[in-house]
Amino acid sequence: MIAVGLDIGSLAAKGILLDGERQFRVIIPTGWSPRKAGEQLLDSLREQAGGAEDIRIVVTGYGRVSYQGADQAVTEISCHARGVVALLPKTDTIVDIGGQDSKVIRLNDAGKVIDFVMNDKCAAGTGRFLEVTANALGIDVDDLAASEDVSQEAAISSMCTVFAESEIIGLLASGVAKGSIIAGLHRSVGKRVAAMVRRLGVGEYIAFTGGVALNRGICRALSEELGRPVQVTDFCQFTGALGAALLAKDLG
Amino acid sequence: MSKELVKKFMEIRVENVIRLKEMKEKGGKIVGYYCTFFPQELALAAGAVPVGLCGTKEEPIAAAEETLPRNLCALIKSSYGFAVTDKCPFFNFSDLIVGETTCDGKKKMFEFMGEFKPVHVMQLPYMKESKAALDLWVEELRRLRSRLESELDVTISDEAIWQAIDVINRESVAAKALCDLNQQEPPALSGMDLLTVIWSRGFNIDKEEIIEMLNELRENLGSGGDVAAGQPRVLITGCPIGLGSEKVVQLVEDVGGTVVALENCTGYKILPLQTDTSFDDPVVALAHKYLQIPCSCMTPNTGRIKLLTSMAADFKADVIIDLTWQACHTYNMESREIAKLAKRIGLPFLQLETDYSASDMENLKVRIEAILEMVEK
Ligand code: SF4
Ligand code: SF4
Repeated sequence: MIAVGLDIGSLAAKGILLDGERQFRVIIPTGWSPRKAGEQLLDSLREQAGGAEDIRIVVTGYGRVSYQGADQAVTEISCHARGVVALLPKTDTIVDIGGQDSKVIRLNDAGKVIDFVMNDKCAAGTGRFLEVTANALGIDVDDLAASEDVSQEAAISSMCTVFAESEIIGLLASGVAKGSIIAGLHRSVGKRVAAMVRRLGVGEYIAFTGGVALNRGICRALSEELGRPVQVTDFCQFTGALGAALLAKDLG
Repeated sequence: MSKELVKKFMEIRVENVIRLKEMKEKGGKIVGYYCTFFPQELALAAGAVPVGLCGTKEEPIAAAEETLPRNLCALIKSSYGFAVTDKCPFFNFSDLIVGETTCDGKKKMFEFMGEFKPVHVMQLPYMKESKAALDLWVEELRRLRSRLESELDVTISDEAIWQAIDVINRESVAAKALCDLNQQEPPALSGMDLLTVIWSRGFNIDKEEIIEMLNELRENLGSGGDVAAGQPRVLITGCPIGLGSEKVVQLVEDVGGTVVALENCTGYKILPLQTDTSFDDPVVALAHKYLQIPCSCMTPNTGRIKLLTSMAADFKADVIIDLTWQACHTYNMESREIAKLAKRIGLPFLQLETDYSASDMENLKVRIEAILEMVEK
C-alpha cells in the first residue's frame, strides 16, 4: 500500500508519498484552485514514484474541503501533531506559522493533541504579515533573515498588518536602517507568537513548523522570547503533509 | 412524527405575529424583553403577553452601526438595529420594552432606544450574595410592577402573580424535561432542533399551549429521535444564541459532532430555576429566583461553574465549547474559568470568539473539527 499526504495551504501546497522506505515530496504554489493544486501534487508524486497503485490519501490544510479525491480529510492541527511526533518525538509544544494563520498545539506524552490555540481573523504574526512588511521594505521575504541587523533593533509597535506597513514606511522616512527594522519585525512576530504559547503554557520541547520557520531571525526571536531553544527541521514546511501521509498509512 | 412537531415550533414566530396583531386590535397588551432576567411573571400577572425580542440576526446590524459603535457585541447591535429600523413586528407591537443593566453596552443602548419607544430599565445588582443586592432587586421588581400598572392601566394583585408563578414554573419544568431527553445516547434531538424548539417558544403568546407542545414533543421523542449514535457529544456554553446566530451549533453538526445541550441563556441556564412558593410575598419569591441566574454579569459567577459541572456529567459531554460574541467582556473573561473547569473534569475545551457574520467560517470550522478529532470514539 502507498500512502499519500496532501497539505493544501493558502499559499503553498505540499505533498508526500510514502512507499515502504521510499519517500517523495513536492511543493507548489496553491494558486487560485486548491482542488487543481491537489491534483497536480498527486500527479507529480505519482510520476516521481514511477507510478503508484493501491493508494490511500489523506488531505489537510484549508484546501481539504474542496479537494474531493482523498479517503479522508483531517485538520492541520491533528496532521501537524502527527508529523512532528514522527520527526521530533520528544516535542510537547508545536508552534506553526503558515501563510494565513498561526497556531500553537500542546501534546501529551503519547503525542496526542491536548490543547491548541489559533489566531482568528487577524493576520498579525503570520506569513502574510511578513510578506506585506517585506514588500514595504522592498525586500524578498526569503531574504529577510539574511538582512537583519540585531545590534540595532528598531521598535515596531503595530501588530496589525496595515498599521505595521505604515509604521515601517515612517521609520524608513526618518532614516532608520532596513536591517534594524527587519530585526524589529522579527522581534514583534516572536513576541506575538510567544504570547500565544504562554496562553497554553510553555513546554519543554518546542518544535517550530510551517514556512515561516525557515526564517532564522524569527526562530531566534521566538526562542529568546520563550527562554528555550526551538527545534526546526529542514522538513518544517512538510510537517502537515507528513502527518497526513502517516494517517493515510494508518488507514491500511 | 417528531420532525413535524419540531416544525410546529419553527412556525411559532410567523404564526404568532398574526395572533399578536389580532390580539392588539382587541386591546391586548404586549411587553417586549431581551434577557432572561426579565420576570415574565409580572407581565403575565398584568394580563399582558410577554414576548422575547429578536437580537440574533445579522441583517439589521449595519443600520445599528449608524448610531452605535462598531466594536459592540452583535447581540446589542442586532437588537437595536431591529428596533430602530422597525423591522421586528414583535417590537412594533410592544406597549413597553423592559431592559436590565446587565452590561454596559446594553444599558446605554436602552437609553437610546428610550428616545423612540417606552422603555423601562431595571437596575440589576451584580453581587447577589449581599443583603443589599436582594433588597435592591426586590425594590426593582416592585418598581417594574408599578410601571406595568400605570403603563398598561391595570392593577396587579398578589394572587395574579402567584398564578403566573405557577405557569412559568410548569413551563420551565416542561422545557427542562425535554432538554433532559438529550442525556441519552444517541440524543433525542439534534442541537439545531433543540435550539429551534427552546428559542422559538419565547415567541408564543399562550403559555399553556406551549407547555402542551413541549410535553407532546417530549412524549413523542421518548422512544428516541433520529440523531445518529456515536458522534462526539458537545456541550455549548457562553453568550446567548438564537436562530440567525446559530453558526457555531450548525458548524459542529456539519462536521460530525452533535450538540447535546446549550447552557446559554436561550438554552438551559434558567430552566432548573423554580420560584419558591413558600414565601409570603410573591415579589420577594421572584427576586430570589431571578438573582440565581448564572450570568457572567454577576461577580463571582460560581453558579455557572456548578451548572456546567453537572451538565457535563448529566449530558455525558465529550467536549465543551464556549462561545463569546466579540466585545462581550464578561463572557470573554469568564472563559478562563470554564477552561479551568474543563481541565479539572478532563474534557477538551475550545473558546470561540466571533460575531454573527460568516467571514470567519473556515477558521471556526478548522478549530471545531480539530477539537472533535481530539475525542476518541
Ligand atoms: S447572557 Fe446574561 S445578560 Fe445576556 S441574555 Fe442571558 S442573562 Fe441576560
Ligand atoms: S452577550 Fe455580553 S455584551 Fe452582549 S448583551 Fe449579553 S452580556 Fe452584554
